[in-house]
Amino acid sequence: MAHLKLTNIKKSYGSVKVLHDINLDIRSGEFVVFVGPSGCGKSTLLRVIAGLEDITGGTFQIDGQVVNALTPKARGVAMVFQSYALYPHMTVYDNMAFGLRLDKGSSSSEVDRRVREAAAILQIEPYLDRLPKALSGGQRQRVAIGRAITRDPKVFLFDEPLSNLDAALRVATRIEIARLHERMADTTMIYVTHDQVEAMTLADRIVVLNSGHVEQVGSPMELYNDPDNLFVARFIGSPSMNILPARIEAAGAETAVVPEGGRRIVVPVPTPSGSSSSAAHLGVRPESLELVDEGQGLFTGRVTLVESLGEVTLVYIDIGRGDEPLVAKLPGEVRLARDSTVSLSVDVSALRLFDGSGRALRGDRAREPELMRNAG
Amino acid sequence: MPTVIKQTGFYLLVAFIVLFSVFPFYYAILTSLKSGTALFQVDYLPTHFDFGNYADLFATGVFPKNILNSVIVATVVVVISLFLAVTAAYALSRITFRGRTLLLLTILGVSMFPQIAVLAGLFEMIRAAGLYNTLFSLMFAYMIFTLPFTVWVLTTFMRDLPVEIEEAAIVDGAAPLTIVLKVFLPLMWPALVTTGLLAFIAAWNEFLFALTFVSNNETRTVPVAIALLSGASEQEIPWGTIMAASVIVTVPLIVLVLIFQRKIISGLTAGGVKG
Ligand SMILES: Nc1ncnc2c1ncn2[C@@H]1O[C@H](COP(=O)(O)OP(=O)(O)O)[C@@H](O)[C@H]1O
Ligand SMILES: [Mg+2]
Repeated sequence: MAHLKLTNIKKSYGSVKVLHDINLDIRSGEFVVFVGPSGCGKSTLLRVIAGLEDITGGTFQIDGQVVNALTPKARGVAMVFQSYALYPHMTVYDNMAFGLRLDKGSSSSEVDRRVREAAAILQIEPYLDRLPKALSGGQRQRVAIGRAITRDPKVFLFDEPLSNLDAALRVATRIEIARLHERMADTTMIYVTHDQVEAMTLADRIVVLNSGHVEQVGSPMELYNDPDNLFVARFIGSPSMNILPARIEAAGAETAVVPEGGRRIVVPVPTPSGSSSSAAHLGVRPESLELVDEGQGLFTGRVTLVESLGEVTLVYIDIGRGDEPLVAKLPGEVRLARDSTVSLSVDVSALRLFDGSGRALRGDRAREPELMRNAG
Repeated sequence: MPTVIKQTGFYLLVAFIVLFSVFPFYYAILTSLKSGTALFQVDYLPTHFDFGNYADLFATGVFPKNILNSVIVATVVVVISLFLAVTAAYALSRITFRGRTLLLLTILGVSMFPQIAVLAGLFEMIRAAGLYNTLFSLMFAYMIFTLPFTVWVLTTFMRDLPVEIEEAAIVDGAAPLTIVLKVFLPLMWPALVTTGLLAFIAAWNEFLFALTFVSNNETRTVPVAIALLSGASEQEIPWGTIMAASVIVTVPLIVLVLIFQRKIISGLTAGGVKG
């Protein structure tokens, strides 16, 4: 059981500020994923939580106790590192027993029981006597996870644990981590990744970080369906959401906008009356676009590239916005000639509207979907 | 045809290098086995097998004591140097503090002074500390040249050990000393053996300090004892005994190097390859 509460956490290296006023509340037993582009401070935040970095400002509490000055062990955390960080000169068994043996309290039979239990969970029993160098990448990663499990931590931290594995192994290990989370229901888990598939599939809640700020915290579907701002809108989803500069023509309970490269459209999102003719951004998910007869849809343009992935086809369409094509993700195999002209329409309820500064305009949509449907 | 020439040339060169480096030692062995006037004949193949020189050496009584002194001094110097160097290397490679680079450069700078430059100052210190004419004076003095390179080499080596391994140990609840002893030391064996051996050789062969800080035959170390070996008369230099002593003194070094040979090679290349 561990409830984590971060209040105005700041971290600087000298004059370089890496984390700015991070506020987070992580419930006991929750699986939280930190995502963000490289260098945004994910690892730093994880290491602050682990106790490997001093906290420059703010307070960090576990179960109501301020732990800013406590060691990782006193905080009850265990961590799986990106490079596995196994002790190269110790066997798998000794690697897993190392932390336990440092506790004067635990007897050797207790150590043995816990190591074997963890080894059984991760199916690494056959390798207990091997040195890390005699293991494959996937096996090493299991040992690293096993080493963390034996300590029976309150908080389990992962820093990009799958990034050194090949694609197939990554999927398998991801599923295993999800199972581990089910098995250790009381253990709070925090997982850092830059891979949004890992984030979407594993997380109870995702924390999107950008240059040391929290952009949004929410469940995977909340972030996908209802991004707070342009950064989250672009970051979650693949290919990322098409963002088109737009002008608001008529504000009100519904909003009429004209996106760059497209026609006027009425979006079922309320905007304050003063916002007419102000700048905005229209967000269109590639998967919400569909082909329609030429000249009918919201957008019309010339096909510049077609990528067939089997279950979907990605179509890049020049709608007169220079280097930024509109991307459409169409189901199945779609045969389109390059340079042909296509028209696309969109389900208006899937459109997202952002103000000039990039913040989501959403009225009450998030909270009261029923109401919106009636109004629309 | 050209490959044969190349190969022959290569082995000729190797033979030359081996001959060049081994010959002085070989000649010392030859000489040590001669006695009387045979000493002044130049022979390149062993003609005499007379172990009299060796017997003389041990008959005098003081020489075995000198060897023991050398063993004690060199061993203590190696042990203390390595202990101080490992702990210093941990601080210098892993903890950021003000003046760290300056400190490292100073350590390196110290080792660049010629021995003769520090001799007078060191002599005063040793006298003041009451260490004159004891083995402690030598142990103390030898640290001056063993510590800079042991600290420097081990710092470089430790800096190359992955930080994440240390952090994993911290998360596992290990205290700094536990980390050094249980995690770093086992990984550093090659570097320890290499630097330890170099420190041992340096202490074993040192002459100037040993001559200056010790004046008593009983307390001397081997290099000085050899130099001060005297023959039956003032004019006679006892080459046979000197060579026998030199051979005896060199053998332990060769044995050590052979024992640790594999570790030395991995130690010399260890810095370049990530663990
Ligand atoms: N020890 C350090 N000293 C100075 N800057 C650092 C240090 N560690 C990380 N940073 C900086 O902090 C930022 C965040 O780093 P990090 O948390 O590792 O990012 P990521 O999200 O890729 O894990 C980066 O810009 C990095 O350059
Ligand atoms: Mg990182």
